[in-house]
Amino acid sequence: MRITYRDKAWELPGGMTARDTIKKVGLDPEAVLVVRNGELVTDDVILSDEDEVKLIAVVSGGDGEVS
Amino acid sequence: MRCRRCSKPAVINMRQHKLALCGEHFLEWIPAQTQRFIKKYEMFDPRETILVAVSGGKDSLSLWDLLLSLGYEARGLYVDLGISEEGYSSSSLAKVDRFVEKREGARLKVVDVKEVYGKSIPQLARERPEQKTCSLCGLVKRYIMNETALEEGAVLTTGHNLDDEAAVLLQNVLHWQTGYLLRQAPVLPSTHPRLAQKAKPFFRFYERETAAYAILRGIDYIYEECPFATGATTIFYKELLNRLEGRSRGAKLQFYLSFLRAREKGLFLRMLPFGPERISSVNEGLELGECERCGQPTTAPGLCAFCRLWKVAEAEVG
Repeated sequence: MRITYRDKAWELPGGMTARDTIKKVGLDPEAVLVVRNGELVTDDVILSDEDEVKLIAVVSGGDGEVS
Repeated sequence: MRCRRCSKPAVINMRQHKLALCGEHFLEWIPAQTQRFIKKYEMFDPRETILVAVSGGKDSLSLWDLLLSLGYEARGLYVDLGISEEGYSSSSLAKVDRFVEKREGARLKVVDVKEVYGKSIPQLARERPEQKTCSLCGLVKRYIMNETALEEGAVLTTGHNLDDEAAVLLQNVLHWQTGYLLRQAPVLPSTHPRLAQKAKPFFRFYERETAAYAILRGIDYIYEECPFATGATTIFYKELLNRLEGRSRGAKLQFYLSFLRAREKGLFLRMLPFGPERISSVNEGLELGECERCGQPTTAPGLCAFCRLWKVAEAEVG
């Protein structure tokens, strides 16, 4: 399966959960959402070889506003 | 994983609530929760005009979308910071414009910092290498947001989510910034005629929930991070908190809610040095004066931080 995240891409075999796949590519499961074949899914789904997986970063910020 | 309400496949699992929902039920849950917190924290009522500070990102556009769908008179404010690096400001504004085009009657005000004040944020930042760009930018944005909310007679809202709040809380605790801790709240009432009421209706949602809302609602938001935010301390604190969350479900929510409870109980009261009334809140001890140039409230004598910034900038041009 093909996994993309920002400007990075990986080819990995299927059969793992999305959560394990996220960890395998070195990302934090808390910090991404999983879009499989165009659909948002939870990270317990088992991914297959044919899946196109897009990992969406959810962390943003900067100014650390206090008020 | 199945939706708790209908057994269809879930699109999100909110471990801190032990709640998994499908798209349809998640898009019902988010507005219901938002409305609940608007009421509970007395953020504003349906008769009031709301100003939503939008950046083109997922949180602010989702908030504007949600408030409009709930029937609020919600107007947008975009502050053009003039960040030409990686085309950031122009791409962000394009996302906001596209959002407005798709929503009949949505009103947007754009304030161009360079046009109004003479310099863009990157120009200001280059002149002040000793200051962090994000804090400089925050100062300018807060001033313009407050000024515009006052002009419009509106309550100012921002898309800050729980991850934002928890990261700022961690930062404030690590430095024991008690003044900041006292002023960190989901709603800040107007305590001065030149200070608009501020509210953060998304303060109870994790960042992944606001992102999921944006995706499910088909909101085209700016995905790229501000080039100046790379390596920002807030992002580092968010990463730390996410690691904690991975180990202990609900840790971020617990951290922030426990803080709010402690704050309500008066944890941040301080001892004053003299007199019989020795205990006072930090806020009560805070003397708010008015800036002699713009009239906005300030704790500093003479000019407020915003006017000091531009006065120096003007002197440098002269």
